[in-house]
Amino acid sequence: MKILIKSVVLLFSLLLISCGGKEEKKKEGFSVKRQKTTTEKTVETPATKETKASERIDLTNKGVGPITSLTLNDVDDAMAAKGKEVYDQLCLACHRIGKKFIGPAPDGILERRTPEWVMNMILNPDQMVKEDPLAKDLLMEFNGSPMANQGLTEEQARAVLEYFRTL
Amino acid sequence: MKNIKYSVLAFLGLAMVLTSCQPKSKTSNGALSSGAAEKVYVAPGEHDEYYAFISGGFSGQLSVYGLPSGRLFKVIPVFSQDAEKAYGYNEETKPMLNTSHGFVPWDDSHHPDISQTNGELDGRYVFINGNNTPRIAKIDLTTFETTEIIEVPNSAGNHSSSFVTENTEYVVAGTRFSVPVPQRDMSIKEYKGNFKGALSFISVDPEDGGMDIKFQLLMPGFDYDLSHPGRGASHGWFFFTTYNTEEANTLLEVNASQNDKDFIAAVNWKAIEEYVNNGGGKKMPSNYAHNVYDEHTHTATSTMKKEVLVVNPAEVPGAVYFLPTPKSPHGCDVDPSGEYIVGAGKLSADLTVHSFTKMLAAIEGEKFDGEAYGIPILKFEDVLAGTVNQAGLGPLHTEFDGQGNAYTTFFISSEVVKWKLGTWDVVDRQSTYYSVGHLMIPGGNSRKPFGKYVVAMNKITKDRYLPTGPEVTQSAQLFDISGEKMELLLDFPTIGEPHYAAGIEASIVKANSKKIFSLTENKHEYATTNDNDVKVVRNGKEVHIYMTMIRSHFNPDNIEGVKVGDKVYFHVTNLEQDYDVPHGVSIIGANTSELLIMPGQTETFVWEPKQVGVWPFYCTDFCSALHQEMQGYVRVSPANSNIELSHSLGE
Repeated sequence: MKILIKSVVLLFSLLLISCGGKEEKKKEGFSVKRQKTTTEKTVETPATKETKASERIDLTNKGVGPITSLTLNDVDDAMAAKGKEVYDQLCLACHRIGKKFIGPAPDGILERRTPEWVMNMILNPDQMVKEDPLAKDLLMEFNGSPMANQGLTEEQARAVLEYFRTL
Repeated sequence: MKNIKYSVLAFLGLAMVLTSCQPKSKTSNGALSSGAAEKVYVAPGEHDEYYAFISGGFSGQLSVYGLPSGRLFKVIPVFSQDAEKAYGYNEETKPMLNTSHGFVPWDDSHHPDISQTNGELDGRYVFINGNNTPRIAKIDLTTFETTEIIEVPNSAGNHSSSFVTENTEYVVAGTRFSVPVPQRDMSIKEYKGNFKGALSFISVDPEDGGMDIKFQLLMPGFDYDLSHPGRGASHGWFFFTTYNTEEANTLLEVNASQNDKDFIAAVNWKAIEEYVNNGGGKKMPSNYAHNVYDEHTHTATSTMKKEVLVVNPAEVPGAVYFLPTPKSPHGCDVDPSGEYIVGAGKLSADLTVHSFTKMLAAIEGEKFDGEAYGIPILKFEDVLAGTVNQAGLGPLHTEFDGQGNAYTTFFISSEVVKWKLGTWDVVDRQSTYYSVGHLMIPGGNSRKPFGKYVVAMNKITKDRYLPTGPEVTQSAQLFDISGEKMELLLDFPTIGEPHYAAGIEASIVKANSKKIFSLTENKHEYATTNDNDVKVVRNGKEVHIYMTMIRSHFNPDNIEGVKVGDKVYFHVTNLEQDYDVPHGVSIIGANTSELLIMPGQTETFVWEPKQVGVWPFYCTDFCSALHQEMQGYVRVSPANSNIELSHSLGE
């Protein structure tokens, strides 16, 4: 281990030396490297055979947890408003609308997931990331950052789901 | 080493085989240590049967152990700053350590006692006294945090404290050292007849537990050493041991050991309460701190109180009597029935037991043996229930098992002696290693002790543990007292000096233990309970960062526009709502401790950057797989810089 660290340090210092003393140059070198990785990524992504878990559509999987069946009626605006309140306090730190953040964006979620799956993910994340194949893949896609159990009641989770329907 | 390991394994294996074959029998002669190992073994993942709250002595704190395993769960900061938990370091808890002498970062914590209802432990609060700068603290057993501290004026060496009455009507705090009341500039030599000993009765609100000094009894200038409440028939009385009834002010070692008998003071607090409720007593100007921590604002406030009600015992007839008790008694312990009051004359070989019934009869018959400063002295023979003769050397403190037995520690002969109430016969004695001070039976100070174990708290350990230089650990020893003979089961180290302890059946407490603080109930002035409200605000030289944290990032995590000379407040809210997911935070060069923030809680630390640069902060408590990624930077520019204050996350 120590040897490994030492050699990494050595390599790094060699790299620095070869770059010369100027700060500007160092910056340039670094950003070039970074650009490279991004281009690599964009090239690679379409090439992967499997769709990313966040883009996969599965409207049969109900997930693992307390919710086994749920029928959706017309959108209940009052419930959705309540759901937004809960969402802003307990979920927003990791889930942003219309943008991949720590976790996936919630808009359009019901085009990809069953309502039961969404509620089970909120209510029972610890078991979901261990047992549900989709949740497992999502965990890997999102850098191994697991969905936190924010202790929502079933009623709160239902309201959040209603809010998602309005997005 | 390997050999030892194998033999231990073989031994354990054998023990398991043996025990699994044996029919269940609960007797034990204490001869086999294999039985002892089994009795204290709590399997991984299993819970202990009792909580033990053991005083941290000169550490100023209160430690929480499990019995019978002797495992340490938590050190609750009470009277001393604790950098691990930011207690006394963060802006929220600094007021907890405020006193009339200013901020006091340390004390000497002594005698924890658990709240009671109908004479039985109810597991709501633990009270503990600070001895040096007299204070009483209350620990809430839903959070295991110190939530209230009240300073005790007119007191010095707050030692005969902090014991509660049967319904937690009062937590009582008596002074060990008598002092001029009110304090004034006078010759020490004029002690005798001029100094006073204050016994304070602090009421506890039955609803919210709020403490308030109801009255102080200004007693003669003796030393008031320990105390205990009456119970059952004697509920309404409180008993205090005294020494230095000689009223010596120098070389007490000799001069306070002259009288053959000192006193146990019997105080009829119900009579004084009535007197006070009818307008009795005198309001005296004073100055003492009352510090309260609010669970919803997560913040403590300190209020200086300016008045205290004092009572002269001579003015309340029938309220206070002296029971002569040999040889500078230390422990003052009342049995579960409330009939017997045991005085442990520490310079005597005998224990003196007074009878409450006889005391009442003697008062009724007005058979007095004189008076001291207007307080009647009862005749020793009239109140004596019995004497435990020549039981050991240097008796200190007694507890009871609820089965008619009492257990007394003897400091000089270093032993616990078991004896029978009523016959006063010694039934058993076991050595302690070494020099035992107090002892504790869970529920010992109540009508209903859980008479299964006694914990002896020793002052000296010498060779009992691996040496750690000149300073070695202090220690507790656990005895099984379920049989006729006591059996030593376990030694375990303690923090500071374990003066005394209080124990309770775990089932009474653990169901009420909180798992998180609710974000919706967070009323902290600087809370950010919604990620939309994150902001950084400048107010002159002050910068307030309203920050949130959740696995595994801070919001914001990049802050610019801070300048050298600014005073930067990090107000950090933990947005987690899951059990056991605290986050910590600190920044390079902070002249204070980290914060350790529980789910749903907000805490604040102050940083005064002194150097230009870009300085990192990070999560200090391993929180998740991406804990190492939980970090951020603050850019600090020169004092005259024009960089705008800005913050961001993920941009």
